[in-house]
Amino acid sequence: MSTLKIDNISMRFDLPNGGHVQALKDVSLELQSGELMSVLGPSGCGKTTLLNIVAGFLAPTEGKITLNDHKVTGPDAERGMVFQQGALFEWMSVRDNVSFGPRMKGESKSKYMPTVNHLLDVVGLKDFKEKAIYELSGGMQQRVALARCLANDPDVILMDEPLGALDALTREKMQGLVLKLWKETGKTIILITHSVEEALLLGERLLVMAPRPGRIHKEYRLPFADLGVGKDLREVKKHPEFSQRREEILEMIWNMEEEIMGRVEESA
Amino acid sequence: MTGFIVLALYVAAFFVAYLAVSALYRAFFARADFTALKTVTFGDESAVRPNRAASVLSVITIFLLWVAFTNSSLPLPQASSPYLGEVTFTYTSTLPDGRADDAEVSVLVYREDISQTVDSEGNPGRIPAAPEVEPGDGFAKNDSVVVPRYGYKVINVLGNDELGRSEDAVITALNGTEVQAGETIKLPEGELGLTDKGTPTFSPSTGNRMQRLYLPAPEVTVERFVELNEDGYRNYTLWQHTWISLQRVLLGFFFGALVGIPLGYAMGLTNWARGWFDPIVEFMRPVPPLALIPLMIIWFGIGEQSKVILLFLAALWIMAIAARAGVSGVAISKVHAAYSLGASKMQVLTKVIIPNSLPEIFTGARVAMGVCWGTVVAAELVAAERGLGMMIMVASKFQLTDIVIVGIILIGIIGFLIDVGIRMLEKWLVPWKGRV
Repeated sequence: MSTLKIDNISMRFDLPNGGHVQALKDVSLELQSGELMSVLGPSGCGKTTLLNIVAGFLAPTEGKITLNDHKVTGPDAERGMVFQQGALFEWMSVRDNVSFGPRMKGESKSKYMPTVNHLLDVVGLKDFKEKAIYELSGGMQQRVALARCLANDPDVILMDEPLGALDALTREKMQGLVLKLWKETGKTIILITHSVEEALLLGERLLVMAPRPGRIHKEYRLPFADLGVGKDLREVKKHPEFSQRREEILEMIWNMEEEIMGRVEESA
Repeated sequence: MTGFIVLALYVAAFFVAYLAVSALYRAFFARADFTALKTVTFGDESAVRPNRAASVLSVITIFLLWVAFTNSSLPLPQASSPYLGEVTFTYTSTLPDGRADDAEVSVLVYREDISQTVDSEGNPGRIPAAPEVEPGDGFAKNDSVVVPRYGYKVINVLGNDELGRSEDAVITALNGTEVQAGETIKLPEGELGLTDKGTPTFSPSTGNRMQRLYLPAPEVTVERFVELNEDGYRNYTLWQHTWISLQRVLLGFFFGALVGIPLGYAMGLTNWARGWFDPIVEFMRPVPPLALIPLMIIWFGIGEQSKVILLFLAALWIMAIAARAGVSGVAISKVHAAYSLGASKMQVLTKVIIPNSLPEIFTGARVAMGVCWGTVVAAELVAAERGLGMMIMVASKFQLTDIVIVGIILIGIIGFLIDVGIRMLEKWLVPWKGRV
């Protein structure tokens, strides 16, 4: 089984003015196959840096990442990425975007086309295969991004605020889709978000990170993702524990922000 | 003076046509699309749509003004004509002893562009002979001269008189009006005057039309266009002149793009190439290609080679900078996504970076083609055996303004067509531009 180990990662880099930034300090965690972990934290807590290190776009200054017992040294098809927006290839049709990974590997059309068609069905874009990317709405574009990532059959999917640019209604729908895809495919997913509700709804595990230096502040194990699979997510939100957790985490992040910015009364 | 009349008419046409057309539009063509419902249009650029009727009327206005203020034979309204034909005036010669005598001067005003015209048998026009006149009675004898339209003539009327300069005869009146030296009198046909030394002068009335030297009439230009196509100019037909200019541009641009685009990609993709070529590109970019013409002639002579190399240099930097901007314009998330999907460096280049930079490349191509087209004409002005630039330059030396105008119109149209062509190609190849 695929296990993602983040082993004592630190990230520190020099600034041109002679100072340095400690973006991450001693971050360790382990994800079992099929786990969905959402990551929350105030801006500047290093969550995107962590994701980029796991993706292989950045090298940590200390520690290492291993996936299935081999070390991560660069980007690879085993770790797929879903970005906030604008990462689709506008010069390709929806189908060519989704089949990009298999095509880059030189797979034959007969091999990847059934998967691609199936995934487009699953994300509800059956009738949009030949469309150009710019003809789709924002929500549809993110469905393409999800399908494109899944078509490559990665072991781990890294999502960097995948629903951040969507309007509130589309976002709720897409949260259901992410849950559905997660359960159906059994992928290991790390999802970065700014929305506490989204982190609670989607994260089987929830990681709250703290800034300066970026580190793990607290970790939760939550039941809501399992409750929400195939159900109306609004029902899940009515769960008493849900609102309790939301308040708790909001307060936690609120305090961190205040530590950075200073209290509103003081600065006024 | 005439210039102000033309300007005033043009401005008047702008407003009168506007009022007329908008009244017509309101009456017959009122459209109810979304933009038509906008009440705030002044300041909302998206509500400003080019009024195509205005475009058509604008071209028609220029054409009408062209006809009106040149010696055109088209049946359209025209400004007052310059005088053409025969005119006579009298002068009064007075001797120191008080004797005076009148004589007549016949002036034949002929077309100033007579040598550029041909009669029905194809013979070129000639300056006509002075009309035959009787010498007349008295000591002052009748005279006869020819003067070109728009011209000016000092007429030595005393030259053939029985009692003339040597007898201290002085001209005291023209057409019966007393005139002092240096004064002039107006006639409908032109202006009579006396020089400071007392010799009569005549300049026929010029009207408000321009002479052929300054602006040939539209139909003359069209005739010249046809003639240039059939007989050519300087051993080559108009099409050959055009094609050689176009060929130089296409060749220069092709090689410029062939070298410049990979250069720009290299600069956008590696630190070393960026550092290495930055000084050259940044130095050459602001050097206008025209400034290189002398050096190109010194190095490569005046043949095809030097022109193609000049245009190559004109296109090279523009295309390199466009390609470099294209690479830096790629969203990093696209590149990251491609690597995460298992693409190799080569695949990232061909499947992501190159397609993503196409809009910038096309913008660069439009600029480069425009610069190349301008540069080729300038280069041909300096030295060439063929080409539109050479054609208008040589024609101007022989005062063949109609050829110059044909050349300028053609240069404008081709430049426009090149731009339209690239834009169409862009629309076809980069349909996503501006829609992401």
